[in-house]
Amino acid sequence: MDFAGRRSFYPRGGRLLRTRNCVKFFGAVIVILAAFVYFIYPLANSIKQGLDLQGGTHIVMEAVDTEEAPVTDDSLNRVVSIIERRINEMGLTEPIVQREGARRVIVELPGEKNPEKAIETIGKTAVMEFKDESGQTRMTGKDLKTAKEQIDNGHKNVVSIEFTDEGAKKFADLTAGNVGHRISILLDGDVLTSPVVNEPISGGKAVITGSRTLEDAKNLAILLRSGALPVKVQVMEVRTVGPSLGQDSKVKSERAFAIGIVLIMIFLMVIYRLSGFVANVALLVYVLILLAILWYLQATLTLPGIAGIILSMGFAVDANILIFERFKEEVLIGKTLRLSMEAGFKRAFNTILDANVSVMIAAIVLIVLGSGTVKGFAVNLALGIVVSMFTAILVSRSLLTWLINTGLVANPWFYGLNQKLDRELKVKGGKP
Amino acid sequence: MKFDIVAHKKWWFSLSSILVVLSIVSMFLFGFNFGIDYTGGTILDLQFAQPVTVSQVREGVDSANLNLENSIIQLTGVTEQESSQDVMVRMRNLSSDESRSVVDALQAKLGSVEVKRTESVGAVIGSEVTQHAATNLLVAFVALAAYISFRFEYKIAISALVSIFHDLIMVLGVFSFFHLEIDASFLAAILTVVGYSMNEAVVIFDRVRENTRTHRRTDTYEQLANASIAQSIHRSFYTLMTVLFACGALHFFGGESTKNFSLVMLIGFISGAYSSICVDTSLWVVWKNHSNNKRGIRATKTETEEAV
Repeated sequence: MDFAGRRSFYPRGGRLLRTRNCVKFFGAVIVILAAFVYFIYPLANSIKQGLDLQGGTHIVMEAVDTEEAPVTDDSLNRVVSIIERRINEMGLTEPIVQREGARRVIVELPGEKNPEKAIETIGKTAVMEFKDESGQTRMTGKDLKTAKEQIDNGHKNVVSIEFTDEGAKKFADLTAGNVGHRISILLDGDVLTSPVVNEPISGGKAVITGSRTLEDAKNLAILLRSGALPVKVQVMEVRTVGPSLGQDSKVKSERAFAIGIVLIMIFLMVIYRLSGFVANVALLVYVLILLAILWYLQATLTLPGIAGIILSMGFAVDANILIFERFKEEVLIGKTLRLSMEAGFKRAFNTILDANVSVMIAAIVLIVLGSGTVKGFAVNLALGIVVSMFTAILVSRSLLTWLINTGLVANPWFYGLNQKLDRELKVKGGKP
Repeated sequence: MKFDIVAHKKWWFSLSSILVVLSIVSMFLFGFNFGIDYTGGTILDLQFAQPVTVSQVREGVDSANLNLENSIIQLTGVTEQESSQDVMVRMRNLSSDESRSVVDALQAKLGSVEVKRTESVGAVIGSEVTQHAATNLLVAFVALAAYISFRFEYKIAISALVSIFHDLIMVLGVFSFFHLEIDASFLAAILTVVGYSMNEAVVIFDRVRENTRTHRRTDTYEQLANASIAQSIHRSFYTLMTVLFACGALHFFGGESTKNFSLVMLIGFISGAYSSICVDTSLWVVWKNHSNNKRGIRATKTETEEAV
């Protein structure tokens, strides 16, 4: 061996132990590399992309008080269900309608690049109509007081509706004149239901049968109520990204991501040699785990989100750098590689914890107080920090311990040590 | 090689003071270029079939007759050329019908045009974002200061916060001087800078704390700080390099929408590394020496142990 003078750096233990560590180290590295190559594309592609990456329209609306219809919790929920129904009719894939706070509704329409059409569809006032068989409109939503789902005596799911005083009169007239005929109830021009009138109804109440489940009945009731009680809704914010721009951003961020990670990996290999290689393998595990968590949480990946991931990658690497620097110090004071590695991990842990907690505090503030894109960034950053604590410490530590115990490489230079420079700074520490 | 950062503290303080003053002057002189997320308004990102000039686009926008004389029109995708296919128009907040008629008017004058991106933000949302930004920053600052005071001492927390303010002023100064747009993601980037800068300070002071336990009685705060910086300077430099690789790649190879975002981080990280290494340790040393002189005590080991 070339490093015969460094006998003390060799780990204790016989040939068998070394062989076993060889198997562990190379086995783990091969498994990790294979898993990365095999899973990275399917995983990266299965994560839902934000509108800024795939193109689409994002609309924020706010309900406003009017004298006739102040905004209440119930009325906003109805607004959400009307909008949901209308959006679904547009036939887009995976639209999102979300209530935010007491007055806002957020609508996300992937692939929709025509905001005017979307706003028109969403914003039109819901109109409910009762029509007779000749197609003449006899009553409107104004005549309806309320609607509620119920299970009647025969255990059927029905929607019971109640009319206003004026509506009750109109409804009595309508039913009296149409016994044996169908009347149709329409919402925004679509026929919701067209029951046959069995007898004149004069009490101002009626029941609509024909709902298959109670859930169906409930939805119908909501729609009927919605039609009866529109709240004024204003468009606050509209953002549309065309599909070509989205595609461009996506391709460019993917490329930036790849370039960034390759530069970091080359840098680590140059500075820390074999330790750097181990840190790189841990970084691959980190990327896989983070993507898997995002996929599991069904998170939507936006551009700031990608930035959050890139940044937390930097912190993941930082943890390893802290450990390797400590490791070098321990080697310099004459400990064996194995003991230096253990001490390095132990002594760097406090620093890593304090450093990560301070970034975590910033991330949590953003998660709690931020909104939208800023929140997405912070969530990814926070997740990244937690995952990096795991990969940088556990994965790197196991791999390095195994590598050292194989006894194959004993020169501390391969673990990043530069005798002269490190001694100057770390041992003398700038002392006069 | 003599490694002594703290001995040059006068240089660091002078350099930082000059940069801070220049930044603040720039903020007063040039102000900020707030994006529509803060001011409200409508942005159209357009791609024409033929290259067009700014004045052609302005004529087209004016021909929509919507009083849009104050609109900002910029050619994007090219530098130092008179005309471009890619144009950005920033106007007051328009309804979607109004912005449609602007596009129609442009199409009538200048031929076929594709709308790559439109953004419309009401004034109410804009002012909410501004308020949120201020509260978020304040809360983050208080939380970080509390954490550092708890883990170390308040003098370290204040020194670290001063250097973080320094970094923020650097970023704001550059954005003001070059009139770069401040948008919704700016805050996220700023907070990342705060986190990074704090991280740097924590790592160095962590070392200071550890060294107070092992150093000789006669060691001064200067020696203590210097040794700590020397021992962690490799790590500071390497970590700075990795985050710069990541942000640099995002800035130079990423899309238009992350350009400013990553620039904030590039400036902030460089400033953060510099200020943590040079400024806040020097600040802490000056402060420690000052309060000890007042009490007429020389810095001794027991004294430092008590304090840190």
